[in-house]
Amino acid sequence: MISVSDLSYGYRDTPILTDITLEIPKGGVTALIGPNGAGKSTLLSLIARLMPLQSGRIMVDELKIGTCASTDLAQRLSILPQVPEIAARLTVAELVAFGRYPYHKGRPGAEDLAQVETAIEVFDLQALAHRSLDTLSGGQRQRALLAMIYAQDTDYMLLDEPLNNLDIAASRALMQLLRQMAETHGRTIVIVLHDINYAAAYADHIVTMKEGHLGPCGAPRDIVTDALLRDVFQTDAKVRRLDGKMLIDV
Amino acid sequence: MHAKRLAFLSLALGVAITGYMVLGARGSWSFILPFRGAKLAALLLVAMSISTATLLFQTIARNRILTPSIMGFDALYVMIVTLAVFFLGSRNFLAIPELVTYLTALAVMVLAALLLFGTLLLQTREDIMRMMLTGVILGALFRSLTSFATRMIDPNEYAVIQVASYARFNQIDTDLLGVSALLCLGALLAAWRIRHRLDVLALGREAAINLGLNPRRAAIEVLILVAVLVAVSTAFVGPIAFLGLLVVSLAHLVTPSGSHAILLPSAALISALTLVGGQTLLDRVLGLSTPLAVVIDFLGGILFLALLLTRMRR
Repeated sequence: MISVSDLSYGYRDTPILTDITLEIPKGGVTALIGPNGAGKSTLLSLIARLMPLQSGRIMVDELKIGTCASTDLAQRLSILPQVPEIAARLTVAELVAFGRYPYHKGRPGAEDLAQVETAIEVFDLQALAHRSLDTLSGGQRQRALLAMIYAQDTDYMLLDEPLNNLDIAASRALMQLLRQMAETHGRTIVIVLHDINYAAAYADHIVTMKEGHLGPCGAPRDIVTDALLRDVFQTDAKVRRLDGKMLIDV
Repeated sequence: MHAKRLAFLSLALGVAITGYMVLGARGSWSFILPFRGAKLAALLLVAMSISTATLLFQTIARNRILTPSIMGFDALYVMIVTLAVFFLGSRNFLAIPELVTYLTALAVMVLAALLLFGTLLLQTREDIMRMMLTGVILGALFRSLTSFATRMIDPNEYAVIQVASYARFNQIDTDLLGVSALLCLGALLAAWRIRHRLDVLALGREAAINLGLNPRRAAIEVLILVAVLVAVSTAFVGPIAFLGLLVVSLAHLVTPSGSHAILLPSAALISALTLVGGQTLLDRVLGLSTPLAVVIDFLGGILFLALLLTRMRR
């Protein structure tokens, strides 16, 4: 379980997050949604210790962010940032292999190599394995980065808008894979999504945010309503139900 | 592929070393071999120091154009030595055992490098242009202060620091070879030991944190290593502006790889080949009096401009 308590974060005088207290249950897919500038990426970055905490407390299971050893956390939690920097000259296989670094610290064993192999297969990258990253399209590069996080094999995965650059087939494949990882391997996946349709269709749990505050949280069928779209997103889109599924106007 | 190229580089270096030791030898071998051997050892140390310092710095700065020399590291060392002579006077300066002044200058260098460049590298928002400008301005500041101090002091005292201020390869001061070798090999060993961590750091700040590293601590460790390596090489042969840039760019060309286990030896071999081979060629074969530093800086300077222009266009 990830538990966040009394978390505030600001840049100079501008508050970005105000008094966030939140529990993300272990296992399942939790979607973080909200308008641009709501503080979703900041929250994710703070949980993944990419930025130092200013006030408040974050626990990932028994590990306290800010004091626990970074390398212990790297075996428990992984993050895919929104705009990952990229070392262009690496090949796909080399990049994915870095996912195992927290375990082998530079000396990969047979098990590490097998995990890398699996990650490359899962993300359908075999044909691209020896291409260098700067020769790939945005979507292919995104898949390579996802494969690296997958190879890291952590209980918690934080993904900041992973559907950027992915076409509909790759987006659906990724969401189905995340669901399967959550269901069969008990993984906890926290994912920032822009498209509420994806959140409604694939998440077990939705956390909404607006202007640095938490909005309604709960199962998609309980909280995705016309009122939520109006209050949180300030749009008059309607939620339609079709064959037991929810569809939001676009 | 890389192993074959590294082997080829080692072979070429072996030929260069043999040439350096035996060509144009007049007189008894029992004198020539130890005499040239000490200089050769110094050249090799300098070569490895500069290539390793540059490679480490570029990994931390995530930039292939910046080098410790361009950022003014060696100018900083020359300034420290000059100011020491300026404030102590050459008599006092020379009265202190050479080892003590050397180690003190080294300690001051490490501290100053951490203070000046540490803050620059530890910013979370990377701004290459600002870093580069700050480096160029700091370098100019160090050089101006140095030349100001040299103008103020006694011409006799100036002779003491002149040795440290100009690049030279044929008159190497081998008195401190033992201590320098120890320091330098220690730093090189440390760099080799963190080679896997360097690979991860090269991925960028966020990826490095995700994989469990602390980029801030790593940057400080690397800055200390770079300061020691630059100080040792500057103390031996003076500042050589573009050698690091030249040899690390060549290493990326000859052995294109993201792995420091390959890049570190590759850059060191190319660097040693450039210095020893260049010195043999200029001094022993062509019999030219042109200093090798001029040739290296000429080629390196052209490369620097070329890199700058192609990066700008992209």
